[in-house]
Amino acid sequence: MGTEIARAIAAGILGGGVYALMAAGLTLIFGVLDIINVAQGILVVLGGYLSYVLSVHLHIDLLVGLLVTVPAMFVIGVAIYWLFIRPLRGAERTSMTLLACFAVALIIEGVLYRAFGSNYVSLSAWYTTSSVHIFGFYLSDIYLIGFGLAVVAIAALYLILYRTTFGRAVRATMQNQAAARLIGIDVNRVAAVTFGIGTAVTAVGGMVFGASSGGFNPNSGYDLISRLLAIIILAGMGSIGGALVAAVFMTTAEALVDIWQPNWSVAVFYLALVIILTVRPSGLFGRRAVRAQ
Amino acid sequence: MTEQLGAEAPLATDTIQPGTGSLPRTRRRTLALVGVAALAAIVVVYPLVITNATATNFGVVTLIFVAVASAWNLFSGYSGYLSLGHAVFYGTGAYFLCVAAKDWNLSGSAVFWLVPLGGLAAAVIAVPLGLVALRVRRHTFVVITIAFFFIAQLSASNLGVTGGSSGILAPAPGSWDPATYNNPFYYLALIIAAATVALAWQVRRSRFGLQLRAIRDDEDRAAGLGVRAMPVKLAALVVSAFITGMAGALWVFFIGEAFPQFVFDPLFDLAVVLMAFFGGLGTVAGPVLGALILEPTQLWLNLQQSNSYESEILFGALFLAVILFLPRGVVPTASEYAAKLRARWRRSREDAS
Repeated sequence: MGTEIARAIAAGILGGGVYALMAAGLTLIFGVLDIINVAQGILVVLGGYLSYVLSVHLHIDLLVGLLVTVPAMFVIGVAIYWLFIRPLRGAERTSMTLLACFAVALIIEGVLYRAFGSNYVSLSAWYTTSSVHIFGFYLSDIYLIGFGLAVVAIAALYLILYRTTFGRAVRATMQNQAAARLIGIDVNRVAAVTFGIGTAVTAVGGMVFGASSGGFNPNSGYDLISRLLAIIILAGMGSIGGALVAAVFMTTAEALVDIWQPNWSVAVFYLALVIILTVRPSGLFGRRAVRAQ
Repeated sequence: MTEQLGAEAPLATDTIQPGTGSLPRTRRRTLALVGVAALAAIVVVYPLVITNATATNFGVVTLIFVAVASAWNLFSGYSGYLSLGHAVFYGTGAYFLCVAAKDWNLSGSAVFWLVPLGGLAAAVIAVPLGLVALRVRRHTFVVITIAFFFIAQLSASNLGVTGGSSGILAPAPGSWDPATYNNPFYYLALIIAAATVALAWQVRRSRFGLQLRAIRDDEDRAAGLGVRAMPVKLAALVVSAFITGMAGALWVFFIGEAFPQFVFDPLFDLAVVLMAFFGGLGTVAGPVLGALILEPTQLWLNLQQSNSYESEILFGALFLAVILFLPRGVVPTASEYAAKLRARWRRSREDAS
């Protein structure tokens, strides 16, 4: 039992890294654009399928393939923003953008069904089958690699946000769009690039998700997005640091419940969400967390 | 930035006041009455004239969606709280009917009495959900409703009472004449739909409706002016859930079986929202028009294509087109256009004289 619990905690923390990365992209887009990108889940699946195509048809290693899939997802993100989000203005922008993202998600899902069918696929490489022996239990290498990738990507996100001029512009836009515009920031460009970055992380997320989970099909997007939404709300929308904590907390709790109640483990996400919101409607870390850093 | 881009600004749909056109108000009202009467006559005789089973089948489902889209609009369109979780209420009504009929050994016409009870079950569920979700606004509210949707789907797949993922059979229908089998469903759906539209119309004119729209335009200001926001929002949600639950109960009795993934279908929520948006959010006629146009279209597309993904792509593309090119919906856009035409006509007449 003790080993099982230790294993669940380790797997939860390591798996949480990837969710943290995907949620960070989602909450970044929210912070800058005031948009909930409900297409994030299916974009992760799309990223997974891109890695799948590269590894199965072109025999490119999954990790090397990221050099292609990350820029590709960035371009897709910018395109979605430019074509479908940017034209939406006016009073009902909030709900309109959310519905537009939902519609984009449906189209992507339909296209993926058409291209790949509904069979589950999973990504494989030598490190998805090997494992290491620590603390008396085996952990698949892909968990460690996925966690490492997530840490690197999140660190890169932080460096971009807090050490570059562009990052300064992004944070300025997050705080006050009108003022950012007044001091000469091209808010449209910032928004497009942010949407691109928020989408690009799904390439990494999709690769790790596809390699470490039991497989995925075009329908997996719903499961992903519901978890990601729970994470960013629990964290407090717009808080990247909060998203990291919330992601690790949620996946660990899920892994623990999974030992006893595999069918209900996902419910932990929603239950935590409902409890937090009744106690603290602004989420654990509120919106201020981003500004305070 | 949230504040600057806020959705609290008033919806443009309300800027068109009735009676601002050149036609006298009484004549416009007569025209509208004639139109409504004609539509009512058509839908009442429809299953008597067209006896084709597919056509009446379409009729039943379309009327159910008229009721659901109007009920959704009564809450979300009027209050501005966009719900993507109405499938929870639809599914609650549906499962209630199946489980209650099984427990009480009901079949045939007696099952129809369970339809309002299904609505009641959904209304009861709506109270705690509303008390939690209505504490937050805008995006967070939408996402909470999505979370409730997933909780409901998960529960339906795992609880014993719902039959889990293998589903549950709806009660056996009566030994009705196959030629007119759809008619009892059709007329009950028609009654629910007509009552919902009448209610939506009454609410829009009432003090309650004004309070809802004040909340949509600026909740804090509305509260400052003495609107007790929480009870008002909750009441609208419960009424909306009641109707949606009745519709779900009737629907499941009609199709005969309940599976978690069909009863709690994310496309259901999106379809209902699209109907309201397509016709015109917050208007009375909008959701009706949206349901009357979109639901038969979708049913027909499903018949044409063997692959669900093709209708999914089409559906998404249609949704994007509506949002990008017709963001305020058919009814407000059309009435604005008509007002513009009338103004031009009047001006040219004044110039001539």
